[in-house]
Amino acid sequence: MINFQYLRTTSAKSAINLLLKDKNSRFIAGGTNLIDLMKRGVTAPEKLIDINHVPLKEIELVGNKIIIGALASNTAVANNEIVNAKLPLLAMALNAGASAQLRNVATVGGNMMQRTRCGYFYDIEMPCNKRQPGSGCGAVGGFNRMHAIFGTSDKCIAVHPSDMCVALVALDAVVVLANAKGERNVLFKDFHRLAGDTPQIDNNLKADEMIIRLEIPTNNMAKNSHYLKVRDRASYAFALVSVAAGMEVVDDKIINVRLAMGGVAHKPWRLTAAEDFLKGKEPSLGNFGQAAKLAMSGAKGFGENDFKLQMAPNTIIEALTIAKSKA
Amino acid sequence: MDNRISKDANDRVDGIYKVTGKAKYFAEYELPGLTYGVLVTSTITKGKITALDTKAAEKAPGVIAVISHLNKPSAPAYEQEGGSPFKIFYTDKIFFNGQPIAIVVANTFERATYAASLVKATYSKEEFNTDFEKAVKDAKSKKLQGQPDYKRGTENAYKTAEVQIESQYHLPIETHNPMELAGIIADWRPNNQVTVYAKTQGVKATQGTIANVFKIPVENIQVNSEFVGGGFGMGLRTWPLEIATVMASKHIAKPVKLVITRMQMFTMVGNRPAAVQTVGLGANKDGTLTGITHRAFGETSAYENFTEGVVNMAKFMYQCDNVNTQYTVVPVDLGVPIWMRGPGEATGAFALESAIDELAHALDMDPLEFRTKNDPEKDQQRNKPFSDKNIKEAYKIGAEKIGWSERKNKPGSLIDGQWKSGYGVSIGVFNANRGRASVKGILKADGTLILQSATSDIGPGTGTGMTLIASKLLGIPGDKIKFELGDSSLPPAPSQGGSATLSTVGSAVNDVCVSLKSTIAELAANSNMDATSNFVDVLKKNSLPSIEVIRQSQAGKEREDYSMYSFSIHFVKVKVNSLTGVVKVDKIVSVGDSGTIVSPKTARSQMVGGAVGGVGMALTEESVIDHRYGRYINNNFADYHVPVNADIPEIEVHFINKPDPYINPMGAKGMGEIALIGFSAAVANAVFNATGKRIRTLPITPDKILASV
Repeated sequence: MINFQYLRTTSAKSAINLLLKDKNSRFIAGGTNLIDLMKRGVTAPEKLIDINHVPLKEIELVGNKIIIGALASNTAVANNEIVNAKLPLLAMALNAGASAQLRNVATVGGNMMQRTRCGYFYDIEMPCNKRQPGSGCGAVGGFNRMHAIFGTSDKCIAVHPSDMCVALVALDAVVVLANAKGERNVLFKDFHRLAGDTPQIDNNLKADEMIIRLEIPTNNMAKNSHYLKVRDRASYAFALVSVAAGMEVVDDKIINVRLAMGGVAHKPWRLTAAEDFLKGKEPSLGNFGQAAKLAMSGAKGFGENDFKLQMAPNTIIEALTIAKSKA
Repeated sequence: MDNRISKDANDRVDGIYKVTGKAKYFAEYELPGLTYGVLVTSTITKGKITALDTKAAEKAPGVIAVISHLNKPSAPAYEQEGGSPFKIFYTDKIFFNGQPIAIVVANTFERATYAASLVKATYSKEEFNTDFEKAVKDAKSKKLQGQPDYKRGTENAYKTAEVQIESQYHLPIETHNPMELAGIIADWRPNNQVTVYAKTQGVKATQGTIANVFKIPVENIQVNSEFVGGGFGMGLRTWPLEIATVMASKHIAKPVKLVITRMQMFTMVGNRPAAVQTVGLGANKDGTLTGITHRAFGETSAYENFTEGVVNMAKFMYQCDNVNTQYTVVPVDLGVPIWMRGPGEATGAFALESAIDELAHALDMDPLEFRTKNDPEKDQQRNKPFSDKNIKEAYKIGAEKIGWSERKNKPGSLIDGQWKSGYGVSIGVFNANRGRASVKGILKADGTLILQSATSDIGPGTGTGMTLIASKLLGIPGDKIKFELGDSSLPPAPSQGGSATLSTVGSAVNDVCVSLKSTIAELAANSNMDATSNFVDVLKKNSLPSIEVIRQSQAGKEREDYSMYSFSIHFVKVKVNSLTGVVKVDKIVSVGDSGTIVSPKTARSQMVGGAVGGVGMALTEESVIDHRYGRYINNNFADYHVPVNADIPEIEVHFINKPDPYINPMGAKGMGEIALIGFSAAVANAVFNATGKRIRTLPITPDKILASV
């Protein structure tokens, strides 16, 4: 760990201005990931801008949208009455992530900015194109049990570690970003990116921008939604595979459905082909199986993670089955 | 004492200290002028250091010294290379990735950490192998070290049996990972006087090792270790990191504190060695066991050998006239392993107790019935009676509590949606040890009793057990008794390991109390007092502020006449999701058969802790190495999965609680190891009963369930 400067600010505007002044500065909120990365020497910002006192912690229903400030804690969102009533999928995903202590300090914006848990990314003595572009990918041909099966590149097969983001991509969330000139909206599905040839870039947030809030449209799927996370232990473990599933069923027909997966790609993985297939169909085991099969199109294992090719469709079926069975 | 907290005689004597933060662990001691050490570690797996550039580190703010093989202070035992143990900072050779190659000492921990990152080593690399499974395959033709082969009756008799099975079982490296990190505070003062605050399972052992390495008198060294935040075996030797810190203190003539990182816990303080085992079992069609063959390969390091009792259990646990075992160790280029709770017996029990289940299935017998049928009357290995064994009673209690009657012998019979349920059982056994220890007792006229011994408490509740023994014998309430430990100046006792402390030190406490009682009776008689007089009155009448007695206690001939073991029976109910492969432990019942239960509350805690460790061994724990680099991949608490509360169901603990008539005055046998031994097999057997899938490679993770047919 090297010495760094620490600043604190109380408004988004001043935070953005401070960010502009120094290229090698970072925002810090909960710090649950950034501090780890600094301790391991993975990242070494010269300046930390503490944004915990910026008033962006609102969680409110405005019209048909739920607005969540970027600095609302994971716990605050997971325990919020409106969220639990309107978007239980989000609360379930949040509660499936990390541990209670981490969720208490981790923020919504920080969760989106989490970096991969790939062991090669964390160990500065090993090759990793994400940490050190051009050094190679340790996980290809190495320990890749936790790694991606969709949208991989030969440069990087890391996965995005968040549970919350899987629910958010399923819920059609919109991310509001700001720079010194003003705000812009980005669809959640476009916020994170695939590794491609530049795995060092996790998402489309620009260097001069700050995450301000999420806007999530409400839907009629609250009753029949489920977040199913398959992992090596029952809490405080990253997903082998996770599925966010929600559906609106009328007269035994699926009117609307959302599906997304975690633990399988460099970004939260929305399953649009499976959704399209299910729309208008009966919520039957047979149809769930067909949808799961469609969802797996293009999946590719790297050896140790081959089991995901079976676990992923199985988990889709199980998540849909549980979501449907909720009365 | 806070009177809102209920206190009964069975409570831990130091429980309130532990939960309120008053218990002081080694790293919490503040010495005047304390400095901070941070270890620099090798980034290659095998080879030589060709250059070590410490200039930048030495110039960094706050740095006092950088010590390595280039400038280490004199340590007479380290003047010649080779032999065991590994001699830190003696050689430029690298034996494993993460080997300490220098210690940086600075006036703050942060500065030492930063400066350590500036030390640059240049290496010449050599070929290496860290893959134990590969080493076992390659080892077949090589001559290996291990333990003597054992044979009784016909070798490999299982091969000609009416019903037979032969299976191979694989265990990965497991890392102890107690919450408290390893380290030491060392203070080397003028005239070679040394005080250390250590994380150790034996203060006398630490004292002896330091004396030996630096060739200074044992009396010069004071070792303190009152509280230990978990050991599980990793504190049973003095590691290179501790010697490095003592060296650093000697070198700079200041106290130095070292606390290693969680990552370094994976490479510097041992591990449960990986193992590959083959078990062959044969039986008559009526279920009579006719042959047991247990062959094991255990992991060891290339520079130092480590062996343990992997195949012990096969020799005596079942009635069988034909038994043969073989145990050899195979070196890899990793740090040397060490005992981890249950040690080798837990490794062996996974294989043997899984195999017993496989044979029972092949016989279409209830595995509990099979075990009962082949329960031995005497120890066939030593041809001696057991001092005390109540296994059949334990089977019965456990079976009733887990609901064994609900179990179906046909796997995959209990189905609820995607979840399949199953029941498993296994047995654990460990030698009921008794060593030699001394205890001093000081009975005071103020009504208190002080007991002293240089033993340890790594968590089982040593002080609580000893207090209960003394309280029962002398009729003094527990809150008037203080048991002092973790101090090398106290009367000697062995290290805390092998489930022997209560038996060993407890016997000396017993003898001290018996002696004090008779002294008081004598004094009472001499001063014409009633023989039942309170000791306070007797002491006052005799104008004595206190009386003292030291007793050394050890086992006698009874150990030649009887075979002494502690036993545990583990019952586990699991649910397995057939779509996701997730295994959920639904209920645990562990029954301990270990003589008298001296301290019911801490004994229960031992069994509960063992079951939790067993769930980890069975389902979640595995230290993963990338063999291309020889480096650990999951060396942190997020990726190395010790079980969390959400993994642990209701745990029921029952004890037979009958005194062993021969082992020691209390009739009590150890239970730290049996709490874990066999547990992982009970889980694997339950998974088989639930699904028909036999998983022979630990841990049983969801991917293995899905892959298995």
